[in-house]
Amino acid sequence: MKINTLLYTGKQGFVNIFKNKWYSMASIATIAACLFLFGLFYAILVNFQNMVMSAEEGVSVTVFFEEGTTREKMEEIGEKIKGRVEVSETVFTSADEAWAAFGPDYFGEDYQEGFPENPLAGSDNYEVFLSDVSMQSALVTWLESIPEVRKVNYSEVTANTLSGVNLLIAYVSLGIIVILLAVSIFLISNTVSIGISVRKEEINIMKYVGATDFFVRAPFVLEGIIIGLIGAAIPLGIIYSIYNYALNYMTQRFTMLNSLLKFVSVDEIFTVLIPLSLALGVGIGFIGSFSTVRKHLHV
Amino acid sequence: MTRKEMLKMQREEMIEQNGIIYLDNVTKTYSTGVPALNGITLSIGRGEFVFIVGDSGSGKSTLIKLLLRELKASSGNVYVMGHDLAKLRHRKIPKFRRNIGVVFQDFRLLNDRNVYENVAFAQRIVETPMKDIRRNVPAILATVGLAGKYKAKTKQLSGGEQQRVALARALVNNPSILLADEPTGNLDPKNSWEIMKLLEDINANGTTVVVVTHNREIVNAMQKRVIAMRKGVIVSDEKEGGYVDED
Repeated sequence: MKINTLLYTGKQGFVNIFKNKWYSMASIATIAACLFLFGLFYAILVNFQNMVMSAEEGVSVTVFFEEGTTREKMEEIGEKIKGRVEVSETVFTSADEAWAAFGPDYFGEDYQEGFPENPLAGSDNYEVFLSDVSMQSALVTWLESIPEVRKVNYSEVTANTLSGVNLLIAYVSLGIIVILLAVSIFLISNTVSIGISVRKEEINIMKYVGATDFFVRAPFVLEGIIIGLIGAAIPLGIIYSIYNYALNYMTQRFTMLNSLLKFVSVDEIFTVLIPLSLALGVGIGFIGSFSTVRKHLHV
Repeated sequence: MTRKEMLKMQREEMIEQNGIIYLDNVTKTYSTGVPALNGITLSIGRGEFVFIVGDSGSGKSTLIKLLLRELKASSGNVYVMGHDLAKLRHRKIPKFRRNIGVVFQDFRLLNDRNVYENVAFAQRIVETPMKDIRRNVPAILATVGLAGKYKAKTKQLSGGEQQRVALARALVNNPSILLADEPTGNLDPKNSWEIMKLLEDINANGTTVVVVTHNREIVNAMQKRVIAMRKGVIVSDEKEGGYVDED
């Protein structure tokens, strides 16, 4: 393949977009609409996941020890707990630290008066934070099997609810993504197909004159890729503006939400969304044009 | 001798023995089950000028499609320029077609491009260097009498002029064979004769010309070889024949 031929087919790809501007616009609009929905859904989904994750991070299991367990033994058990895959963090609180934190809240600054001994003696504990709440019951079973462990405090309802929500989000998002992609591919391949079928005659002429499949296909495929890129870039710009605006509006208008809900920053969303949308746009444009031209090549 | 040279020699021998176009007991049946061509045997020599005549449904268009390898024969063998078309692979078809110029009744030009671009397109496909394209295209446009119209869009041209562009496109790569499917079907008598004169000149330069036509007047006047077809079979083949009526 000579460089002149490559340049010529490349130039034809660009020229075709302007020559068939109505078809190009219809294809760009279809891709843009589909990827807009996809991007919007992705942004919402990531925020949901982020909120569930923050809630999960707060879920902990508290481990209390049998009376007489030495500090060294507790630390040894603490190391073992830390080594578990389902554990993200452990915080040790001794009985003295617990009393020092609890006492002033309930009895004021003079909380030690009337209590010659620490009333919380024996409450040395590890607060164990989980990396995955769905693994809580496995961790609890293991903790309860340790002879030095007296009691394990945990909330089964919270863990189950959170892992249930997580699972639901995963299923719903998978379902919506599959439906969105299927609808997108159907709509886009129809648009591309109509656009190329109109130019079937042009393909036939090329084939009669002796053009190779590559020579015929290359401009169409390049055209499909460019349309896909533009179709992906437009919704990215729109989503960027909408998301930024919504984020600012929510954080300024509803300041109390800031401590409750943690929104994902626009940069974080777009680090994934830009390559994903562009890849989808290019992929859809490429596959759509490649497969449709293929149908007309057997002349 | 390389394999390529051997194959070329074999093809040349084939052409010497059986002609540049050779159909051996060819039948083409479509999905309807009715044969469009039925046991056709035909040989056309290098440099011949041949008319193929016959009414609609006689099998003329199917014959052209077989020669272009747009269709494959259901049985029998089709040889064009020594190539056995049944054995020609899909990826080899473009190169094969570059040695066949083809002209249609409806011109089939790229209407979004000008005259120059339509002709240059055929040269770009065979990867002719740009400097040669700049030399060859004006030359062939001058041959068909369109030197002054190279910038015109095809839609601005008359039917006769459009057919000349199609002819220029078919000839610019110096094909061995020119297939013309009803080339005068959309033209008035004056333009029809001008096109036929061009085809005769092309033939005089050594190109084998096969013209499928309904034009009785032209066939009778030109006194060339006439192959008449009816219902998928050859009913007559005369060296200097005239139009054969269907009775």
